[in-house]
Amino acid sequence: MKIEPKTNPKNSLGFNAPPENTRVVVAMSGGVDSSVAAGLLVEAGYEVIGITLQLYDHGAAVQAKGACCAGADILDARAAAAHLGIKHYVLDYESRFRDAVIDEFADSYLRGETPVPCITCNQTVKFHDLLATAKELGADCLATGHYVQRQLDEDGQARLYCGADTSKDQSYFLFATTPEQLNYLRFPLGAISKAETREHARRLGLKLAEKADSQDICFVPQGKYGDLVRKLRPGAIEAGDIVDTTGKVLGQHEGVIDFTIGQRKGLGIGGRGTGIDENTPLYVVAIRPEHRQVVVGHKEDLACVEVVLRDINWLGQGAMIGRKVLARLRNTAPAEPAEVTAWEAGAGGDTGGGSAVVRLLTPQYGIATGQAAAIYDRKDKAWLLGGGWIAEAKQRMALDEKQSS
Amino acid sequence: MSATYLDYNATAPLRPQAKEAMMAVMDAPANASSVHSYGQHAAQKLETARQQIAALADANSESVIFTSGGTEANNQALRGFPDHVIITTPVEHSAVLAATPEALLVDVDKDGLIDLDHLENLLRSYRGGALVSVQGANNETGVIQPLAEVVALARQYDAITHSDAVQNFGKEGFTGLRESGVDMLSISAHKIGGPVGVGALLVREDLTIPPLLLGGGQERRRRGGTENLIGIVGFGAAAEAVRESGTAWLKQLRQCHQKLEERLISASDDAVVFGRDVARLPNTTAIAMQGRRAETQVMHFDLANIAVSAGAACSSGKVASSHVLEAMGAGTLAGETIRVSSGWASRPEDFDRFAEIWLQLQKNPL
Repeated sequence: MKIEPKTNPKNSLGFNAPPENTRVVVAMSGGVDSSVAAGLLVEAGYEVIGITLQLYDHGAAVQAKGACCAGADILDARAAAAHLGIKHYVLDYESRFRDAVIDEFADSYLRGETPVPCITCNQTVKFHDLLATAKELGADCLATGHYVQRQLDEDGQARLYCGADTSKDQSYFLFATTPEQLNYLRFPLGAISKAETREHARRLGLKLAEKADSQDICFVPQGKYGDLVRKLRPGAIEAGDIVDTTGKVLGQHEGVIDFTIGQRKGLGIGGRGTGIDENTPLYVVAIRPEHRQVVVGHKEDLACVEVVLRDINWLGQGAMIGRKVLARLRNTAPAEPAEVTAWEAGAGGDTGGGSAVVRLLTPQYGIATGQAAAIYDRKDKAWLLGGGWIAEAKQRMALDEKQSS
Repeated sequence: MSATYLDYNATAPLRPQAKEAMMAVMDAPANASSVHSYGQHAAQKLETARQQIAALADANSESVIFTSGGTEANNQALRGFPDHVIITTPVEHSAVLAATPEALLVDVDKDGLIDLDHLENLLRSYRGGALVSVQGANNETGVIQPLAEVVALARQYDAITHSDAVQNFGKEGFTGLRESGVDMLSISAHKIGGPVGVGALLVREDLTIPPLLLGGGQERRRRGGTENLIGIVGFGAAAEAVRESGTAWLKQLRQCHQKLEERLISASDDAVVFGRDVARLPNTTAIAMQGRRAETQVMHFDLANIAVSAGAACSSGKVASSHVLEAMGAGTLAGETIRVSSGWASRPEDFDRFAEIWLQLQKNPL
C-alpha cells in the first residue's frame, strides 16, 4: 500500500500544490521571452493561461490605412499559445493605455523631461490591471518574461534581484513593483540567459525563436517620438532659443521636446559667428520649457551630484534613510554608489509614495528628469530595493544662479 | 471545443441535415450556369434550396438573392439606393452601421426599442426619399422591434423598408417577407444551423435592386459570381429542418432562459437582465454581473468550458464594450454584460452549468 504524503512539497513556483493544480496567467507580448516563459511553465505541468494586451491600435500607430487593429505581435502571441496548446485571450487595454501611458508620455516631454513609458506601463497596466484580472480568473500567480529574479529571504519575504544575464537585466524597469505585486509575480527567465531562452524557443518548436528583440517604445513608430508628441499635443510645441549657460542665444530649435539632457548630436548650432569653439563638444545641460529654452554647455556642466526622487517605491526591508546603496539613473548606466540623505513619507506610508534625496558619491552625467532611479543594495549588489522618478537632478554648477546674475 | 455551447447568436452548430445535404453535392462539379448536365443538376439543386428558404421566409423563390452572408445582404440593400436617405437605429449590427455611416439614427429606449415618434418626424422630413432599416431582433439582447408599426409608418411616407432579420429568421417573432410587408430582408445560414459563408437578401418582386458585385449576371443579374452551391444546399436543408421542427423547441428554450434569469436574479443583486419586460427572442439573455468586466466573465466561462460572448468581437479576439448597450443608456453595465444564446442542440443542463459557473465567479475576488 502506498502512503500518500500529507503535504505536498512546494512546486517550482512556490505553491503547496502539484503543478497541474496551479493556475498561472502568463503575460504574453508576442516576443520570444514571454513565449518561452509560457512554454517552460507548460512543460513543468502548470495550468497556463496566456493573456495578451492590446495596448494601442496598431493600424493607427503605424498610420497604415487598412491595417488590422491587431499588430503582428498579437498574432505571434496567439500562434505561440496555440502551439503550446494553452488557452489565450486578448484584452482591450487601449483606452487605459492611452490615459495612463501615452498621454503621460507626451505631457512628460512637454515638461522638458525624458520619460520611461515602459515603467509606467508595468506600473499601471501590467502589474495593476492585468494582475487584477489574473486574480479574478482565480490564478495563483502572474508570470512574465522579464529578466529579473524573485527570491524569498529567511523570513519568507519576496525580494527582487537583477536577472542572471546582466546584459539583459530588466530590474530598472521594475523598480515600481510593490511588495504586494511581487508576492503574486513570477519570472521564469530570471536565472537564464537570452541565448538559453532562444535555445528553449527552438527546442519548444516556437516559430518566433529567431524573432528580433524589440528595441523601440512599442507605440512609437520607427522611434520618432517627436512626431508622435506633435500629433498628440498639436499647438503645444513652440519653437525657441538654444542658449549657453550664460544665457547667450546660440541658435533656434523647433520645440523642447526634441531634446534630452546629455544630448550631443543634432543641436543644429555651431560655426562662424557663434563664438563656439568647435573642438569642444556641447551638450544639452538643461531644458526650460517655461522659457522655451534649451541650454547647452560643456560636459562638466552636466555633472550631477544629487537627485530628488518622487513617487518612491520601497521593497527593501528596514529604513531607507541613511542607507548605503547603489543608484542606477538610466537603464544603460551602471549602478553607482549613493546614499539616501532625506526621505519624506507619501500617501503610501513607509513603503510607497513619498520623496527622497539621493546623494551620488561620484558625479554622474546626463541625468534627465522623468527618468527613473533604481536603487540597489550596496553589499548584495543585485538586490533591487526600489526607487523613484527623478524629479530634480542637481548639477554641481547651479545653472539658476548663473542665469540670474 | 467547449462542452457547453451557448453562443448561437454568434453561430449555431451545423445541423446534421445540412451536413448530409452538403456531403451529397460535394463530389460533382457544380456550376449552376453551365449548359451541360452537371450544370443542369447543380441548377436544380440551387432552385430546390431557393424554394426551401423561400418557404421558411414566407416569400416567392424569385425574391431570394443568394449572398456570402448577412453582411453582404445588408450592404447590398443599403447601398442599392444611393439617392435615398437611410434611417436606421443605433442598436443595429455593425454590418448595417458600418455600411451606412451617413445614416440618420432614430432614438431607442432603455430596452433598445425604436422611438416611433422620432421615426415619424424623420420620415416626414424625407417623404418619398427615405430607406428605413430596422433589425428584426437584436443580436445582443434578443429584443424584438415593432416591425409592423415601422412598416406602416414607412408606407405612409413612401419609404423603402429593409430589415436585418439575421437573428430572428426561423424563430418566434419572424413574420416573413409577405406578411411583414418589408421590402427587403437579410438572412444568414449559419445562425439557423446552416454553414458559415452563405446568406440571402430577400427582395419583393416589384422592387428593382442593382447588384453589389458585378459579374456574370447570376441571381437574375442581382449578384455576380458563381453560386456557392454547397453552402446554399446546406442553407436550404437547414431551413427545411427548422420548418419541420415546428415551434415546440423554441418554447422549451424560452422556458430554459426564463428559469435561468429567475434563478440568477433571485440569487444575486448583481444580476441585471436586459429587455426583461419587452418582447424578446426565446433564445437570448443579455445578463450583467455588476462590477465584473465582461471580458473577464467570458474568459472565466471559457476556462470552465462554457462558450458565451460579450459585445462585438474584433479580428484579434479582443472584447470591446457593447455599442448596443451603450445606445440603450446602460452606462458601465455595457462593459459588464455577457450574452447567453441557445439553439437547436441546447439542453436544459447547459443552463444549469452556466448558472453554477456564473454564481461561482461572483465569489472570486474583484
